[in-house]
Amino acid sequence: MIKIENLTKKFTATLAVDRLTLHIPEGEVFGFLGPNGAGKTTTVRMLTALIGPTSGSAVVNGFQVGQQDTQIRRSVGILTESPGMYDNLSAEFNLMIYARLYEVKDPKAQVEKYLRMLGLWDRRQDEAGTFSKGMKQKLAIARALLHEPRLLFLDEPTAGLDPESAHLVRDFIEDLRKEGRTIFLCTHNLDEADRLCDRIGIFKTHLLVVDTPERLRNQLFGRKVVFHLQSASEMLAASLRSMPFVHEAKAIDNKLLVTLDDPEVHNPHIIRTLVGLGAEILFVGELRHSLEDVYLQLVKNA
Amino acid sequence: MQKVKTIILKEWAEVFKNRMVVFSVIFMPLLFTALPLIFLFATRDAGMSETNSDLPPQFARLCSPELTSGQCFQVYMSSQMMILFMMMPLIIPVNIAAYSIVGEKTTRSLEPLLATPITTAELVTGKNLAAMIPAVLATWLGFGIYAIGAWIIVQDERVMRALFDPMWMLAVFVAGPLLAILSVNFSIMVSSRVNDPRVAEQLSAVVIVPLLAIFFGQISGLFFLNSLLILLFSAVLLFIDAGVVYLAVRLFQRETILTRWK
Repeated sequence: MIKIENLTKKFTATLAVDRLTLHIPEGEVFGFLGPNGAGKTTTVRMLTALIGPTSGSAVVNGFQVGQQDTQIRRSVGILTESPGMYDNLSAEFNLMIYARLYEVKDPKAQVEKYLRMLGLWDRRQDEAGTFSKGMKQKLAIARALLHEPRLLFLDEPTAGLDPESAHLVRDFIEDLRKEGRTIFLCTHNLDEADRLCDRIGIFKTHLLVVDTPERLRNQLFGRKVVFHLQSASEMLAASLRSMPFVHEAKAIDNKLLVTLDDPEVHNPHIIRTLVGLGAEILFVGELRHSLEDVYLQLVKNA
Repeated sequence: MQKVKTIILKEWAEVFKNRMVVFSVIFMPLLFTALPLIFLFATRDAGMSETNSDLPPQFARLCSPELTSGQCFQVYMSSQMMILFMMMPLIIPVNIAAYSIVGEKTTRSLEPLLATPITTAELVTGKNLAAMIPAVLATWLGFGIYAIGAWIIVQDERVMRALFDPMWMLAVFVAGPLLAILSVNFSIMVSSRVNDPRVAEQLSAVVIVPLLAIFFGQISGLFFLNSLLILLFSAVLLFIDAGVVYLAVRLFQRETILTRWK
């Protein structure tokens, strides 16, 4: 669906995107994360044929960026960083404009479909300027979907929204994913990326890493299991450290924090060993690093 | 064509909610139409001589011999005001066109618009026509009102013939739309290069300067417009218009506009 090879964008003295190479298959929700000014929006603009690359190539929906720009724009949907609605015009009129520009076959029906789907039908005659930020964002999402694109670029879809609106938008993105649409999601909300994305790419002018959130966590921090005991001791930790599959074991308060590759396979063995050593296990849990930890670690290292 | 039509309808729906635009499209033509009518009315009794032999020769040359000196004076004075009908298509679209790109920039609506499959030529044509059509129609309507008002005031076929000679028909119906094209495209060029609608309007207003030069040139007697001059003027305008339309499309750099937003 998206094939990017060494895509580079330079603005006079600034290198905004440096040799980005990335493949995103159909139906994937790809999270594009990075600090402000990392070049995420520039990348989206290149992939949606709004601006041209300095070098490198990208194929979007089978169309070459820089050569088949109109076809790209016709085949993708984009939610820009700012909703950019015509505030003086009604919600319905706003969408009708775009339905016609995207050459939608039955613009009226399509506009009605998305206004209803996003709960804006009753406010269709109201000027977009009277809408709350969340409603404007929903209207902008409807605009991006009017021509039923299979590939969607969402730039900060929940930025600045209250928790309820953000939740609504996230649910909607989840529905889009279920429909099998490919979504390129730029976000600062790491929890959102963790929940919605199949894979994430962390980007700061160049791509630092791409993988599933789970694998990134494991690669960076390993998998950690916490054994809550009646009483933990350094002796128990030392016994675990001697096991070949345990990378690290620490006794902290009444807990043993154990780093290992495959808890599903090795936990029973550890439990048997601890019980054999007279430890009383209260419960066992996995310590899960947040995507924020992963992100901060990677961006800091970059 | 459907996309151009959509842009025109969008522009009209949007800009006509702007009071300044409504003012410029309605009030200015009314004012510019009223001025020559007031002149006609005020000079209706000027000079009762049956001939124009009492006029200075250089002045009498401008009038048909069938007119009295009073009528000649009336025609002369009103004709000076006719140039207002050439100013209208220049001034009216400035507000609409200047707002068209900068307005989109300030409301951040240009990026989603540029993300649609619309071509730059379609977008610029839509914005052109959206600004040009009201200006030209308002000018022609004003001219129509002036013609009716002139007949009511003058009630003389000879004066009417002198007032509505082919030169002014050319000026209003040929040069007028060409001036509107010049004004709109100049405004779009300026508008796509600046970030503030007020700056765009002020810079775009520069386009009226050459016409003011003609106005003052004629009123001071430096030269007098005639059909040939208007034809020449229109031909030059046609040439300039082709250039500014080309430049407006060329200067409308999507990338520059998007990436230099402040």
